[in-house]
Amino acid sequence: MNRVKIGVGIMLFLGVMLTSCNKKTETEAEKTSEPVTELQKNNAPTPLKVYTKDGVSVKAYDFDKLEYFLKQKNDTTYVVNFWATWCVPCVEELPHFEKLNVKYKQDKVKVMLVSLDMYKMVESRLLPFIKEKQLKSDVVYLRDPDQNTWLPKVDSTWSGALPATLIYNKDRRKFYEQQFTYEELEKEVSNFK
Amino acid sequence: MKTVKILGAVVLVAFLAAFNVNSVAGYKVGDIATDFSLKNVDNKKVSLKDIKDAKGYIVVFTCNHCPYAQAYEDRIIALDKKYKKLGYPVVAINPNNPEKQKDDSFAKMQERAKDKKFTFPYLLDEGQKIYPQYGATKTPHVYILQKTAKGNVVKYIGAIDDNYEDAAAVKVKYVENAVDALVKGKEVSVKETKAIGCSIKA
Repeated sequence: MNRVKIGVGIMLFLGVMLTSCNKKTETEAEKTSEPVTELQKNNAPTPLKVYTKDGVSVKAYDFDKLEYFLKQKNDTTYVVNFWATWCVPCVEELPHFEKLNVKYKQDKVKVMLVSLDMYKMVESRLLPFIKEKQLKSDVVYLRDPDQNTWLPKVDSTWSGALPATLIYNKDRRKFYEQQFTYEELEKEVSNFK
Repeated sequence: MKTVKILGAVVLVAFLAAFNVNSVAGYKVGDIATDFSLKNVDNKKVSLKDIKDAKGYIVVFTCNHCPYAQAYEDRIIALDKKYKKLGYPVVAINPNNPEKQKDDSFAKMQERAKDKKFTFPYLLDEGQKIYPQYGATKTPHVYILQKTAKGNVVKYIGAIDDNYEDAAAVKVKYVENAVDALVKGKEVSVKETKAIGCSIKA
């Protein structure tokens, strides 16, 4: 039992150390980047780059940084959808995620759309797409070509096909390599309450 | 009593069917892969067994429309150029249903093969019957097979290399490493990798 306590103590200590390191980089980031959204407050990692065009901006992260958004431990349920503008079934199901994000805003459900567009398409396709569809959910851009390293960290069963969705809160985590209807999505999220 | 038995059987079948959908189907490394007879862009049927002097095959599920597949096109051509003469030719299969994905129609496949001067067969999985047996879920998705007395043994499943974005920035060439090992009669060290791709539209 004592060992466990010591272990927990060490982990807490390391946690504090890590957070304090993160805070430094965060203040630097805030100076340079666009206004921070709710999800990205506090110890949010510094983006690799912020793409901006026609009043729309999107932050780019590698997986190490993105992982922060996949490991929140609070009373919110996060719905993280992996998509791309060129992926037809992804674009088809996108309105369901938007609808969910609006409908359950008061119920602590938060949608994050992680784009896996090619980096050459971020300015030519992703940003215009966000503007045209007037996406309200948080959109981030994952730029990390070493997929074999990070795919299994999202979920060990993910083959790599898009679309894919991770739903999690502090107690539960479930991964879906599939396209959703709105009803299916709402039902899955309701299981997390 | 009979109805109970029938009901039980029905429930069992339903359960098994549901379970099958959820479990990952398709080949694992070490399995024997099926041969096929699929229509090539030159309108002739191609089977693995018909390819002369092959010691194995680099089977690539790929297509026209997918940006990831496009990003790898030149590298797939290079693989065929390098490994055909060593006994491991590329065999490309478009698994998508052209009715669902117009850019992957047979006519468009023919155009693409001509434009890019494909040196390998580019086959249409008509009726989408072959890719589920392999367990391909996306394009591009590679299966390296080694020809043996028992059949074509799956030796590698996964990505071509570790950087779709930039061929010049690749650190690990998974497919090349695997085929190099097979050519030398060695064991493939990295047998499975994962990568993002476009989901197959059946």
